[in-house]
Amino acid sequence: MSTPRPVNVWLSKAAVNGALVLAVVYMLFPLVWLLTAATKDAGGLLAGNAFSFEGFDLGGNLRRLAGHNDGIYFHWYLNSLLYAGLGALACSLISVAAGYAFDKYDFRGKEKLFGVVLLGVLVPTTALALPMYLLASEVGIVNTYGAVLLPVLVNPFGVYLARVFSAGYVPDEALEAARIDGAGELRTFWSIGLRMVMPGFVTVFLFQFTAIWNNFFLPLVMLSDQKLFPLSLGLYAWNSNAHAEPDHYPLVVTGSLLAVVPLVVAFVSLQRHWKAGLTAGSVK
Amino acid sequence: MKARTRAAATLLTPFFLLFTAVMVVPIGYAVWLSLFTEKQSGLGFGGAETVFNGLDNYTAALGDRAFLEGFGVLLGYCLLYIPLLLAGALALALLLDSALARARRFFQLALFLPHAVPGIIAALIWVYLYTPQLSPVVRAMEAGGVGFDFFSPEGSLPSVVNIALWEWLGYNMVIFYAALQAIDRSVLEAATVDGAGSWRTAFAIKLPLIRASLGMVALFTVIGSLQLFTEPLILNKGTGSAVTSTWTPNMYAYTAAFDRNDYGLAAAASVLLALAAALLSFAVTRLTDRKGKRA
Repeated sequence: MSTPRPVNVWLSKAAVNGALVLAVVYMLFPLVWLLTAATKDAGGLLAGNAFSFEGFDLGGNLRRLAGHNDGIYFHWYLNSLLYAGLGALACSLISVAAGYAFDKYDFRGKEKLFGVVLLGVLVPTTALALPMYLLASEVGIVNTYGAVLLPVLVNPFGVYLARVFSAGYVPDEALEAARIDGAGELRTFWSIGLRMVMPGFVTVFLFQFTAIWNNFFLPLVMLSDQKLFPLSLGLYAWNSNAHAEPDHYPLVVTGSLLAVVPLVVAFVSLQRHWKAGLTAGSVK
Repeated sequence: MKARTRAAATLLTPFFLLFTAVMVVPIGYAVWLSLFTEKQSGLGFGGAETVFNGLDNYTAALGDRAFLEGFGVLLGYCLLYIPLLLAGALALALLLDSALARARRFFQLALFLPHAVPGIIAALIWVYLYTPQLSPVVRAMEAGGVGFDFFSPEGSLPSVVNIALWEWLGYNMVIFYAALQAIDRSVLEAATVDGAGSWRTAFAIKLPLIRASLGMVALFTVIGSLQLFTEPLILNKGTGSAVTSTWTPNMYAYTAAFDRNDYGLAAAASVLLALAAALLSFAVTRLTDRKGKRA
């Protein structure tokens, strides 16, 4: 093995880590701006100095956020939690059940059916949103919680992930043992398969939760009643008014900060799972 | 054996029922709708009447300059965004994978963090950072003698590309990094023993080995790019922005449906968009497959 000269190594080390630090600055700068901007009143925000605390008024911003339009912001927050929490929970269960079935059972046309699931991964969801809206208005569920919840229960990529996880985490021997003990197939899935595939379940849940929390196009198309809005749509509506009413700027910025917090916390604390999810999709 | 088939059917049914309701039926309905148009009957007293008009909506969409220009914008976006994204994410992953990198967990998390920010909020933050009255960035650039209008006709595309890069660079970096970490270390050791430097190892050994990940990322990026909507919509709402309400095909379809109430045209535009996505993903899959076979 050739040994490079020490000075050279030191230089390369500085270059590699320096480049990474630059990338991190680019990634984190807008978030730091969001953090400091959320502490400013409209005047301080318009003064535009990111790192001074000119016009510091975080308390006032939070108070105005809570008070604006009868506290509609926190209504949106609850809606987002409901859409994302309930939607992701149901979606993960449905995906894991299907993925487990694809992994553990043999039946005619299985791989063809799985091919249909994979095709579903490739369908651009926003091209679907408009027809979905038109269909929903035919059925009469436009502008209801259901109009936003129902479509997010389907995630073909979740089924794909669940199949990969089921193959990795649920040994066939465990199922054989349950069968010998006389457990029915569904019972076996519920009390053994589902339990063993839990890491996969959490991964699908995390991804779907984020996807729904971030979802914008579908609620934009489906909802007109502000009471049903998730955060993304509410903040968008406020921002659209901000030119006419500059007082909306601090509301949008502080509201955005609070909307980002749960996802950042989730990603920081569940690193293992999102990494596993990304990896399962990419490494063959 | 029969019990197992029944169990499989029970476990698969919820997914496929919803899959049909939420994906298959809307696609069919969109195709159906795209063949009709609403005509005002008589003097407009009798309300609208739905009339079959064959492929007229398609020719109308394809004959509309705004729609075609939308695809032109998408083409420009892809040409700028995809190489930058792939090269940037690869470079970061290779840097992180090199023996010289420190604090890898920290770097991974910090670079991934923007992906946790909802697209709409990412767009809002950046639009504020682009707005001269609000932005420390624009001010700093002006102090340095650089004047750049992020909302101008030339500036709009780079502005949108920057937001997308910020959102997706770290995500794809993690995918590439995971693939790099999965490479058998003995292969890399052998290369070092043979005298390959770190540049050579990166380009001649690591890159070919993670081609599958590269193909997958390219595929999903292409599909995602075609759906471009949220970020330009926010830019469109900015004052003095060159981003029009029909800037991308998706925005065109949205405007057709909700500003012009022309559902037939909107459906035709959606179908054309989905077709473009299908064609492109087919092309990308073929391209990466062939490369994989040759290796």
